[in-house]
Amino acid sequence: MNERSSTLVPFEDALTRYEPVMGLEVHVELNTATKMFCGCATAFGAEPNTQVCPVCLGLPGALPVVNEKAVESAIRIGLALNCEIAEWCRFARKNYFYPDMPKNFQTSQYDEPIAFDGWTEVEVDGEIFRIEIERAHMEEDTGKSLHVGGSTGRIHGASHSLLDYNRAGIPLIEIVTKPIEVPGDKAPAVARAYVNHLRDLMLALGVSDARMDQGSLRADVNLSLRPSGTTTFGTRSETKNVNSFRSVERAVRFEVSRHAGILDAGGSVVQETRHFHESDGSTSAGREKSDAEDYRYFPEPDLAPVAPSRAWVDELRATLPEPPAERRKRLQSEWGFSDLDMRDTVGAGALDLVAATIEAGASPAAAKKWWLGELARRSNEQGVDIAALPITPQQVAEIQSLIDAGRINDKLARSVFDGVLAGEGSAEEVVAARGLEVVSDDGALSAAVDQAIADNPDVADKIRGGKMQAAGALIGAVMKQMRGQADAARVRELILEKLS
Amino acid sequence: MSIDVTTATAAALAEALADGTTTSTEVTQSYLDRIAGADDQLNAFLHVDAEGALATARAVDARREAGEQLATLAGVPIAVKDLIVTTGQPTTAGSKMLEGWVPPYDATVVTRLREAGLPILGKTNLDEFAMGSSNEHSAYGSARNPWDTTRIPGGSSGGSAAAVAAYEAPLALGTDTGGSIRQPAAMTGIVGVKPTYGGVSRHGVIAMASSLDQVGPMARTVLDAALVHELVAGHDPLDSTSIERPVPAVVEAARRGDVAGLRIGVVRELGGEGFQPGVRAAFDRSVELLVKAGAEVVEVSCPHFSHGIAAYYLVMPSEVSSNLARFDAMRYGLRVMPHDGASAEQVMAASRDAGFGDEVKRRIVLGTYALSSGYYDAYYGSAQKVRTLIARDFEAAFEQVDVLVSPTAPTTAWKLGAKSDDPLSMYLEDVATIPANLAGVPGLSLPVGLADDSGLPVGVQFLAPAMADDRLYNAAAALERLVDMPRLEEIK
Amino acid sequence: MSSSAISRDDVAHLASLARIDLSDDELDRLGAELPAILEHVKVVQQVAGDDVPPMSHPIPVANVFRADVPRPGLTPDEALAGAPASEEQRFLVPQILGEE
Repeated sequence: MNERSSTLVPFEDALTRYEPVMGLEVHVELNTATKMFCGCATAFGAEPNTQVCPVCLGLPGALPVVNEKAVESAIRIGLALNCEIAEWCRFARKNYFYPDMPKNFQTSQYDEPIAFDGWTEVEVDGEIFRIEIERAHMEEDTGKSLHVGGSTGRIHGASHSLLDYNRAGIPLIEIVTKPIEVPGDKAPAVARAYVNHLRDLMLALGVSDARMDQGSLRADVNLSLRPSGTTTFGTRSETKNVNSFRSVERAVRFEVSRHAGILDAGGSVVQETRHFHESDGSTSAGREKSDAEDYRYFPEPDLAPVAPSRAWVDELRATLPEPPAERRKRLQSEWGFSDLDMRDTVGAGALDLVAATIEAGASPAAAKKWWLGELARRSNEQGVDIAALPITPQQVAEIQSLIDAGRINDKLARSVFDGVLAGEGSAEEVVAARGLEVVSDDGALSAAVDQAIADNPDVADKIRGGKMQAAGALIGAVMKQMRGQADAARVRELILEKLS
Repeated sequence: MSIDVTTATAAALAEALADGTTTSTEVTQSYLDRIAGADDQLNAFLHVDAEGALATARAVDARREAGEQLATLAGVPIAVKDLIVTTGQPTTAGSKMLEGWVPPYDATVVTRLREAGLPILGKTNLDEFAMGSSNEHSAYGSARNPWDTTRIPGGSSGGSAAAVAAYEAPLALGTDTGGSIRQPAAMTGIVGVKPTYGGVSRHGVIAMASSLDQVGPMARTVLDAALVHELVAGHDPLDSTSIERPVPAVVEAARRGDVAGLRIGVVRELGGEGFQPGVRAAFDRSVELLVKAGAEVVEVSCPHFSHGIAAYYLVMPSEVSSNLARFDAMRYGLRVMPHDGASAEQVMAASRDAGFGDEVKRRIVLGTYALSSGYYDAYYGSAQKVRTLIARDFEAAFEQVDVLVSPTAPTTAWKLGAKSDDPLSMYLEDVATIPANLAGVPGLSLPVGLADDSGLPVGVQFLAPAMADDRLYNAAAALERLVDMPRLEEIK
Repeated sequence: MSSSAISRDDVAHLASLARIDLSDDELDRLGAELPAILEHVKVVQQVAGDDVPPMSHPIPVANVFRADVPRPGLTPDEALAGAPASEEQRFLVPQILGEE
């Protein structure tokens, strides 16, 4: 692969000479009960080919019928992105052959998207960036291939493939931005924040699970560079199916470095599809599709045009959730967060998690502490999005309630997180199974205090002499004996009782 | 009263079944016997389902005996064009691509036949994927015209037409994309109707050109056609292009048959140059009969009809190229391995080359061209504009008259092989039938006699506004009573 | 684009877009037939002015929708019954030369 031959220019260095221009195409899989054009169920993870019918298998004679809920979701997404809603639009066939696409055309929208000309805003480091939306259109997903006989289940070297069409025909909304021109150093974070923002929006609308790890939110990152101070766009690359928020940021950084390397060497960037590799954050060229340029779009004759009445659009407008910026403002004041607290929470992709944790009973401070501390650290270590950690806001709130009840302390709580994240059950179950409960039984504590006094006679004397602050050393000794599982407040009381 | 079950009309059979003169089992068996005796000469059927048909017949007889209220046509057998999917018997579309494929679902029209208790005799021959006007493009050999078995029965619903004309079935379903019901009906001396686009469900009808295809009845009388029409038509939620309105009162119209005061327009552009003299003479006689029956006949002009074939041969292949993309050897149908270790892409290309016949490939390549970037506006886009103009011609004409009339086809049935080397000359055969498909309006072909020059059947076509299918049946029923259409006495 | 010149190479390209592995004979034949057909149909370019809207659907209906309610589809056995090959309840297809 010759793309390895040109050197990567460090990101910051590249920005001294070039400005990146980005375009983001995000595919959102809707959470409708049935597929876009047929009545098949859409459950994730079902047994292969159990959610199929003549329509989504592309059997001869089968005809599509549009799912009204999908149109409704598309319109609501369009409205939430401040788009115009088409008064009349059609589906189109996008013709190309691929085994995961049963009809060998994708039913999509071409030059008549249901929503167009919108905008939205994202916040990065306290700064607001306006992203212009080109369009949002309806289409259908493809089936899934399992490649057999290759080394790693990948397509390369496989002897054959096995196809499951459960996913074929699930409704997708493709949201396309206009070119995003922001200061280069902000570009990766803006890209990430935008995708994160779309996720929040989809969840608030209730139209999608919006899970990047399950593919119900997928981002394609288009990127080009131009010499600083110029206005003509350079040639872009299209990095497909970037599967986490962090990867969106990494893909932008990598492509900036790669393009700069090519341009510095006097080369020219090839307009091509590229694949992102989670392992090292790099991208590689996809195979050229010989007919990629000629999809022979034409209006889908089997489907009637969609002409949403203004009354319907207004009705749907009334169902929109609070816009994210206003919601953030409201939550910040309700929670008593500082601007910095709020920025950190949003930046970590934890706003909804924190909100749900508070809703489940935790205090705002506690919810923030766990999500931005313990859990953010773990998501960084594991390289997964914080929302993808196998713990729910309810579980976090439960752990905090155990702390509030004095049954565990902060230190023990970390072990409880370990257990819950390892799938050992609820917080209660983990505490029981791992024996993590704080000991506040006077009998056991009293013996441990006596032992600590005996081991540290000089410290005991100081306390007897009125130096109460020395009690900390004895408490530490007791905690050590009891492996941290002592109720520190009760230990202090016992020490003072015994030595007064 | 006794009845010759194979030559009786479906309406007469329905009465005889209702009053107990005969049974569905007896009728169905008679037709199966006729098929066994005649189809060697005709090749009208690709598959005969004797067992299934008799099972249905026996069940209907039992229900009738039990005093159940049954549909009008319950127990009257029917043949189904092999483009329409059926569970329990193969559906090939006349192509090697689908040889042996048994669909896991029924077309809506088939469901309606089953629910009404019509025994399905089998699946009839057709040009591959309904692409052709002669039946010679069937991968399983051409069906023959029972009036002269050295001649074509017309196409693409040639098998259905031959079967009904030769008393192998009292009724049949066909499909019509550019004339595929009406033209073979004319060639074989039977009645064939293309309903209003959206009048009959296309769910389960293997698509040729989605915006043009329509299922319709083929029968020996106007009333028989109307009975089938009424049965299979009506809104279907599984077809987005299905019209959500009551079915026009076609049976009532077929029984009425009164053209007194009806305004009938002779289309100037359909019937002049290029039409066989024997066809024109038969047509002129029919017009005179209509005038005698009290119709007001005027000439009307539909200036854009002359561009119908050009528009059709762009729109149709474009849709064909996309509709037939699904036949790729991955999920069903013929799979050809060109060599060991061939890729999916190579297997697709080899299978499509082996599975499709010449005409299908010709249309796919033509349609791929018409849709490709840089040519779309000039070809597909322009053709869709011509459709608008043809629809406007119809609108203008129907402001002056109630129905339009023309010969169904320029010629009577030609000899097998006579036009196979020149696709364009075959395409020109559809000149009179295509405008109705492009505009979505209904059309009916009625046999009006034998041509003086060839001695073969001639059809007259009636055209009406969308959802006014009943006007076709009314006008055709009136003319049917007046014409001298001889019976087919024996297969020649 | 009013020219209906279409070369044998064009036909080969179209056949590859349409995934049909045409033989040399077929390419020769279509290379001769297509120009004749196009010569006849290209008249459509002269007929309609810019003010004429193209017709994609013969009957003017809009907003034909289905409620979002699941309905039974096919069992895996029914789905796979017509498959040229299957394995592990999936359609088995030759190696895909695709992405990556």
